[in-house]
Amino acid sequence: MTSMLTRAVGAPLPRLEGPAKVSGAARYAAEYPQDRMAYGWIVQSPVARGRLDAVLTDPAEEDVLVVLWHGNAPHLEQTDDPELAVFQSDRIGYRGQPVALVVATSLEAARRAAQVIHLDIAAEEHDVELRADHPDRYTPESVVPDVPAVSGTGDAETALASAAVTVDVTYVTPPLHNNPMEPHATIARWDGQDLILYDSNQHPSGIAETLGTVFGLPAERVHVVTEHVGGGFGSKGSARPNAVLAALGSWVTGRPVQMALPRQAMFSMVGHRAPTVQHIRIGASQDGVLTAIDHQTHTQSSRLFEFVESASVVTRDVYPVPHLRTGHQVVRLDMPTPRWMRAPGEAPGMIALECAMDELAERLGADPLDLRLRNAPRHERVLRAGAERFGWSGRDPRPRRRRSGEWWTGTGMALATYPATAMPSTARVRALADDEYEVAIAATDLGTGARTILAQIAADELDVPVGRIHIRIGDSTLPRASVAGGSSGSASWGWAVTGACRELRSRGGREAVFDTTELVREQKEGQHACGAHFAEVRVSAVTGEIRVSRLFGMYDAGRILNPRTARAQFLGGMIMGMGMALHEESVLDPAQGTWVNHDLAEYHIPTHADVEWIDAAWLDEPETGLNPMGSKGIGEIGIVGSPAAILNAVHHATGVRIRDLPARLDKLL
Amino acid sequence: MKTFEYRTAAGLAAGLEPGAVFLAGGTNLVDLMKLGVATPDVLVDVNRLPLHEVSGLPDGGIRIGSAVRNSDLAADHRVRTAYPVLSQALLAGASGQLRNMATTGGNLLQRTRCRYFMDATMPCNKHRPGSGCPARDGDHRNLAILGGSPACVATHPSDMAVALAAVDAVVQVDGPAGQRSIPVTGLYRLPEDTPERDTVLEHGELITAVDLPALPVAARSTYRKARDRASYAFAAGSVAAALRVADGLVADVRLAFGAVAPKPWRAYVAEEALRGQPATEERFRAAADAELAAARPLRDNAYKIALIRNLTAAVLTALAEDVR
Repeated sequence: MTSMLTRAVGAPLPRLEGPAKVSGAARYAAEYPQDRMAYGWIVQSPVARGRLDAVLTDPAEEDVLVVLWHGNAPHLEQTDDPELAVFQSDRIGYRGQPVALVVATSLEAARRAAQVIHLDIAAEEHDVELRADHPDRYTPESVVPDVPAVSGTGDAETALASAAVTVDVTYVTPPLHNNPMEPHATIARWDGQDLILYDSNQHPSGIAETLGTVFGLPAERVHVVTEHVGGGFGSKGSARPNAVLAALGSWVTGRPVQMALPRQAMFSMVGHRAPTVQHIRIGASQDGVLTAIDHQTHTQSSRLFEFVESASVVTRDVYPVPHLRTGHQVVRLDMPTPRWMRAPGEAPGMIALECAMDELAERLGADPLDLRLRNAPRHERVLRAGAERFGWSGRDPRPRRRRSGEWWTGTGMALATYPATAMPSTARVRALADDEYEVAIAATDLGTGARTILAQIAADELDVPVGRIHIRIGDSTLPRASVAGGSSGSASWGWAVTGACRELRSRGGREAVFDTTELVREQKEGQHACGAHFAEVRVSAVTGEIRVSRLFGMYDAGRILNPRTARAQFLGGMIMGMGMALHEESVLDPAQGTWVNHDLAEYHIPTHADVEWIDAAWLDEPETGLNPMGSKGIGEIGIVGSPAAILNAVHHATGVRIRDLPARLDKLL
Repeated sequence: MKTFEYRTAAGLAAGLEPGAVFLAGGTNLVDLMKLGVATPDVLVDVNRLPLHEVSGLPDGGIRIGSAVRNSDLAADHRVRTAYPVLSQALLAGASGQLRNMATTGGNLLQRTRCRYFMDATMPCNKHRPGSGCPARDGDHRNLAILGGSPACVATHPSDMAVALAAVDAVVQVDGPAGQRSIPVTGLYRLPEDTPERDTVLEHGELITAVDLPALPVAARSTYRKARDRASYAFAAGSVAAALRVADGLVADVRLAFGAVAPKPWRAYVAEEALRGQPATEERFRAAADAELAAARPLRDNAYKIALIRNLTAAVLTALAEDVR
């Protein structure tokens, strides 16, 4: 019954909520007015390890309703995330951990009371430095997203020892912080025994379930409203302490409580990408055929929670090689808990792999593109199409040869890959009057265009113009949806929406509900979106400053549902990759036990002026057997490989290999 | 944020009670108040005082009212033609939005962006005297190589002040004890044992204007800033320079360095080394080295020596070639 005439999917529709956003009408989590609103401000631990014995407040502080800490906070039930057990213990796990919450009748009063509060802390010696030889390191059972920490085929050690040409290098990536434009924020209100949360997150259904567990409520008693979200990049994928704190404050004071995190708190209590030390060895024959790869990642997690950035996992998928060994070791430190950040694992892992491949090409005297073509034949089409569009052919491989005035110039490339998956979701379609339809699913739109794409999918399935579709998302009371993460949102939700629409059309009636759980279980495993990134940089011989004069991504991500929003996702990922290569770094002070740059003036991401020329293109061919739309995810692949392409271009320009990120001017002077 | 009283300034020399501070553009002070680093009892708003004009001086120089916004000053025709170094320095700083708010006086008096100073939970001799300086062993990649002390290695963050130091600008001050003039190069104190005091101003003294003397060499001047990203970043190193070459020799030169010291660093040693010498890149480089011989870099900021040397040579060479 599906219409063969595609009208909406594939069209470059602007985002449906665009006018509401630019006019200020769109409401974000902290923007829902409430009667008798109170305001929370967190007190964060000033030490990295120790015990909190007492909290002393100034009784003269007016307008303060309550100060909560472990000495007086209500009991919370445990979840699988110890970060959510706020004020349940006197132990301090890291500097920046919330140890008290001030709730006051004004934001200013709450903030001031939090600033002058006295914490009676017994500080202990802390351990915050990641080292590859840390005595407490261990090999975990599994790494993110839940795959074995180690893998092996063949005999990598022997193959490397006998390889004609080898590369043996270590790449170091710093801790990174997601920093969506909208910091984490919640307004909580209790309506009898029901909890209402206006919360900025990537997964309303999951937040409702988790908060239900924390407060001993069934999930349906927790109502999470997430209409608009100003980005997440993974840091809002699960409930964060802000939601629990707001709900706690509201429970104790009997008022609605707003808990909006200041930017500085984004650097401790909501997650980050853990630093990595990656030792990678590649062996090849003299004619450039890979024989062995060994990729070992050292990383860190917190005392509270084991979360292991899976940087070596991507190496299992890119180059078929007879002898492959990958592994991870983690050390638990007195530092905040790492979490998902755009392409966890793949983004840092592809830096080591694809920079090491560039080093191998140099050693072989081979063209970096030819080396990929020889060893990753399944990526041939995307590689050739990208190289053609970028103008790669005729490139002189020798480094430090091209100079224009004070500027050295060079080009570099790298492969990109990201798993294509879908997760169980349920959608509901209702026929309204006048051939209009309501499509409901508890999905979220982080600003990516999810709402628009679901309308496009439904319009085609129901054979009506997009204007007849009314999308309801961002509400946990709607049919359960999976997380907006892992580049799986459109595939997961679009599949459910497609199913519900087809069901309505085939069975008739006013309403249809479709659950993809069984179908998703049978989906084709091991599928990937892939791509190739190409960069051209110039490096000042005077200052060492790097400018990316061109950055290009060519992708094979199945069918592109909306070229306008897809392009924004690709470019956004590539720009974030540029930040990873050149700018982003949370700077650790081991003595103070924390990262010392914690605002957007000091934690650099690319500015507009850093993006001189950027473009993305794609093959746009539906992938069969994955989901009914023929799409693959696009949210993450732009950040995978783009940093390596830039770093390889820096080497081509200057002859300098920077293996300790980010690449900044002091490393090139 | 601590509760504070707000009022508008009654007049120029009204002075300030203890615990009071002047408020101009607020682009730095208000941030520090939110962070709990600055905790004034009273804000005295000077924005309504008649300090918004750029006017000519009898000697051919110009007087810049201290409340003139950075964006207006950068766009001023006299500044752009007679002191291009100043216009360029202003435009290299902050963002368009901040430049629209920030004032000439406030820009001079902005505090360091040392990450320990900006965090009230950290030890810092500048915000809590006697609490220590974690920067020396901690994060100091963008802190001072010149003029620091064991107590403090903060850098002054202004771009504008570097240009003003190069062109011999003079700060006009009004206060309870009367009016006085202070060269920009003498406005700032080195930290020594009392880094909490950035400048020689007394409590209650207000900068009313900045005078630029008539300085023909400044018509050939330039500002170059190197930073960690293309825009909206404090300098990793910067150079303000003016140069006049006659018969291949340096007839006049002004040179100041930014992001290397607790104040805009006027490079007198380098200037002296250059005067009357051949205007060659080699000499420019050697002159920078003469100035930088006093540098005492820490573990992670020695790159500033090479950066300033390269910038100095590049900037002066470009100015010299421009003349020919």
